[in-house]
Amino acid sequence: MSAKENTFVIDAESRTPLNLAEIWEFRELLYFFAWRDIKVKYKQTFLGVTWAFIQPFLMMVVLNIFFGKMLHFPSDNLPYAVFAFTGLIIWNIFSSGVVNSGNSMITNAVIIKKNYFPRIILPLSAVIVSLFDFLVSFILFSGVLIYFRVLPDILRFFTFFPLAILIALVTTVGTGVIIGAMSIRFRDFRIVMPFVIQLLLFITPVIYPISAISNKTLYYVLSLNPMAGAISLARAALTHNPVDWTIIFISASMAVFIFIIGMLIFKKNETLISDLA
Amino acid sequence: MKTILEVEHISKKYSLSGINKAYQTLSGSMADFFRTGKTEKRDFHALSDVSFSVKEGDTLGIIGRNGAGKTTLLKIISRITSPTSGRITGKGKVTSLLEVGTGFHLELTGRENIYMNGSILGLKKKEIDKKFEEIVEFSGVEEFIDNPLKFYSSGMQLRLAFSIGAHLEPEILAIDEVLAVGDSLFQQKCIEKMTSIVKSGRTILFVSHNFQALKMICNKAIVLEGGRKVFDGSATDAIDYYNNEQRLQGQTINLLELPRGKYAGELIFSKLNFHSVSFQNGEDISFSLFLKTVNNTVNKTNLILGANVVDRFGNNIYHVSNILTNQPFTHSADSDEYRFIIKNNLRPGQYRLTICLTINDVVQDFFTELIDFTIEEGNPYGFSKTAFIQGMVFPEFTIRKI
Repeated sequence: MSAKENTFVIDAESRTPLNLAEIWEFRELLYFFAWRDIKVKYKQTFLGVTWAFIQPFLMMVVLNIFFGKMLHFPSDNLPYAVFAFTGLIIWNIFSSGVVNSGNSMITNAVIIKKNYFPRIILPLSAVIVSLFDFLVSFILFSGVLIYFRVLPDILRFFTFFPLAILIALVTTVGTGVIIGAMSIRFRDFRIVMPFVIQLLLFITPVIYPISAISNKTLYYVLSLNPMAGAISLARAALTHNPVDWTIIFISASMAVFIFIIGMLIFKKNETLISDLA
Repeated sequence: MKTILEVEHISKKYSLSGINKAYQTLSGSMADFFRTGKTEKRDFHALSDVSFSVKEGDTLGIIGRNGAGKTTLLKIISRITSPTSGRITGKGKVTSLLEVGTGFHLELTGRENIYMNGSILGLKKKEIDKKFEEIVEFSGVEEFIDNPLKFYSSGMQLRLAFSIGAHLEPEILAIDEVLAVGDSLFQQKCIEKMTSIVKSGRTILFVSHNFQALKMICNKAIVLEGGRKVFDGSATDAIDYYNNEQRLQGQTINLLELPRGKYAGELIFSKLNFHSVSFQNGEDISFSLFLKTVNNTVNKTNLILGANVVDRFGNNIYHVSNILTNQPFTHSADSDEYRFIIKNNLRPGQYRLTICLTINDVVQDFFTELIDFTIEEGNPYGFSKTAFIQGMVFPEFTIRKI
């Protein structure tokens, strides 16, 4: 082993919130945590990874029957099934990502107490698991697009769609990290989170288009929800409809804001984690 | 020689209101908020002003009773928790092995767990690839390496876990008590492995109650007591110092203050008096119990007192009780002393005591694994390597050729 002269100093104040160099140093561990969670999740299930798309697919079928066929919800010129499915797969990144990263500190408490690594790795790896599920369901999503003959403009699709996912990811990491840090101090968050996420589903344009909201104030208030922008942008990627960049901008800014707040809260609580977890 | 680790005035304070509850709830902290001024926050000093330095290639033993701050010290050095004040400077990579098999997942195979656990311990995937064969061979679970861990016996899991730990090669390695795992043959194998790590010039910090292993592995040692460093010197001197201190100090535990389970509670334990928490090999284990009457109407005849001596893995080694000898007691006053004297042929190590009180088959009070006590190194046979003796107890025996 080379005589590395990498000196270190430990004192009461020696931690930084988002030490990218350190996260890079521990990138393999980040990968292993995500890999473990994916493996364990689908191991011993009869259908394995297919579960990742069965859930949103069935949800889409049900939504399509009730809201598409029976209630004739507006759907931004897309077949309602495609419209709902787009909303769902983006929404699922957020909902499963936030729940998992929120729980990640507590489920891995034993490891936290006995080993050192940048704690932020745990919520991050939980979000990677959600991203993996998304990629799996994206395969089915492509099939659905072909089935309904929705052929998006390639350039438009490959700029808008990744941007939408990026907004969703930034929001998910930010929120997940807040919940993760807070649930160490207050276990209440663990209980209340699934319920809150269910409520959030209704104020996010997943089953209805944000364009259906005629009250202008409410329209902008709803776009404060970063997921509203992410989902609207993902849908816009499939159509030739004009995009309301104002709400995308509002949503994206909120996503960044939540992310920064998340990192600050996490930093403040990081040192408590091994003592309280 | 170069100093590789410099620990300067390290203190760690826990505020007890946070620890006691283990975690807070929103309503709890809101209630605290409205009670401002009255909230008592007692501080607990896990470490106070501890300083020492470790030179390159030194192996430092850390000795002390349970709760003396040994693990906290290792946790601070390996950055798992932050110090409240003080400063540590060091050179190189610190890896801590505070527990073997952290992050083991029963659904994953042995192979997958090696990668997962190795990675948690700070190994790179490439390093694990390189050492994989060696780890598997050392653990002796080759045949099952691609089976899920849930099909392993607990002994196999432990061996696999330790093998990963034994193949770490950081500049500074902090080890907590993990040698106490497995059967004694495997323990011996581990001690040999550790000794070879030491010879390769790595710096090791080693917390253990296994003084024989400590003597073999460490050249220096510090003794901690109540969070303070009370001795710093050669490993042999430190062990002598510690043993002398231990013998001098008895220990009285006020049981009224401890949280207890839901039992009848009409007559409860009030005090446990240990004359010493460290016993020589073969020395009688003696302690006294005192009771307190909570409900005066309780029938105080037919008292049964029981005590179990439990080893580190939770095995009940001894169970003693006056029901076994059919001599129920009658409790006349709370000043009555119930003295236990247990002949001992335990192997050296750490043990815990469980105590129980019943009246007419109703459990009145019960404490599990209440106090740690030590059986010191040595054996009744005069054999030089106690660690080679595999039994859980050391019985008297004769073997004769007839």
